[in-house]
Amino acid sequence: MLTIAGTEFSSRLFLGTGKFSSSAVMAKAIEASACQMVTVALRRVDLQNPDDDIMKALSQRAYTFLPNTSGARNADEAIRLARLARAASGSSWLKLEVTPDPRTLLPDPIETLRATEVLVKEGFIVLPYMNADPILALRLQDAGAAAVMPLGSPIGTNQGILTDFQIEIIIEQARVPVVVDAGIGAPSHAAYAMEMGADAVLVNTAISVAGDPVAMAAAFAKAVEAGRTAFEAGMGQRSKQARASSPESGTLSSHLEFLS
Amino acid sequence: MNITLNGTQKVFPSAHTLSQLLADLQLPPETIVVELNTLIIQPDCYSETTLSEGDTVEIIRFVGGG
Repeated sequence: MLTIAGTEFSSRLFLGTGKFSSSAVMAKAIEASACQMVTVALRRVDLQNPDDDIMKALSQRAYTFLPNTSGARNADEAIRLARLARAASGSSWLKLEVTPDPRTLLPDPIETLRATEVLVKEGFIVLPYMNADPILALRLQDAGAAAVMPLGSPIGTNQGILTDFQIEIIIEQARVPVVVDAGIGAPSHAAYAMEMGADAVLVNTAISVAGDPVAMAAAFAKAVEAGRTAFEAGMGQRSKQARASSPESGTLSSHLEFLS
Repeated sequence: MNITLNGTQKVFPSAHTLSQLLADLQLPPETIVVELNTLIIQPDCYSETTLSEGDTVEIIRFVGGG
């Protein structure tokens, strides 16, 4: 069972709720994924369309809501959004996201650490989105982050896990859960992260823009479970030298020389 | 009275409270958060918070996001 900040999660798949074609499709995809943690963003109310409220579709079941600070370009903006998120949700869970460059949406490590320090002191449960930097992961964990969320590749790119070498080190060193976030574009990418020993993965674009988001959510749920089970089962070592799977003794070398 | 509401200049009658503003906009208070001049206003203070000339009001809610 995955535990973050004292809350237990039986599903290790977290879902983002952005870019779905409708609230109904989103709700069905969440159901199919069996996830227990969903992310949401904060934006100005569209005053021309005041009935457009995502929480109507999400309030059917009890999820842990993980509001993000997307749109924040520095620590101060992220802290302001965090306080608004807590006022709106009544909970202290927060995905901290500080992305100054709209082209790459890569997280600013200095501002993310600064905001983590402030928000932890204010009692937030902070899950920072971060580049896959093992030293930064340690610094964020020391600052009180409840989990760390290293990226596989930039947000929304579907490029998969391009940072596996660093993520392996982060997992090896972490005392807090490691949630691989961003860039996961296929169930196989999610399974790979889980096989490496990630505690969970967060997926959004790959599901929300799929041809059939509900079926894709179910596929991701299976992949995450398979990857986790494989990790717990203990993966075999990689080798450059071939090793026969079939017995090497008892071959019929005298009659069938090509088998020897 | 001029106020800036979600980035747009609006004219409202003077002595308008936040409760009246939300009613005008047909926004159920339980689905939103209000920031007045960058300070978060608690819902139980909406009826006693009166808007003043030049105020900046942000009305925020959750949307889909990753």
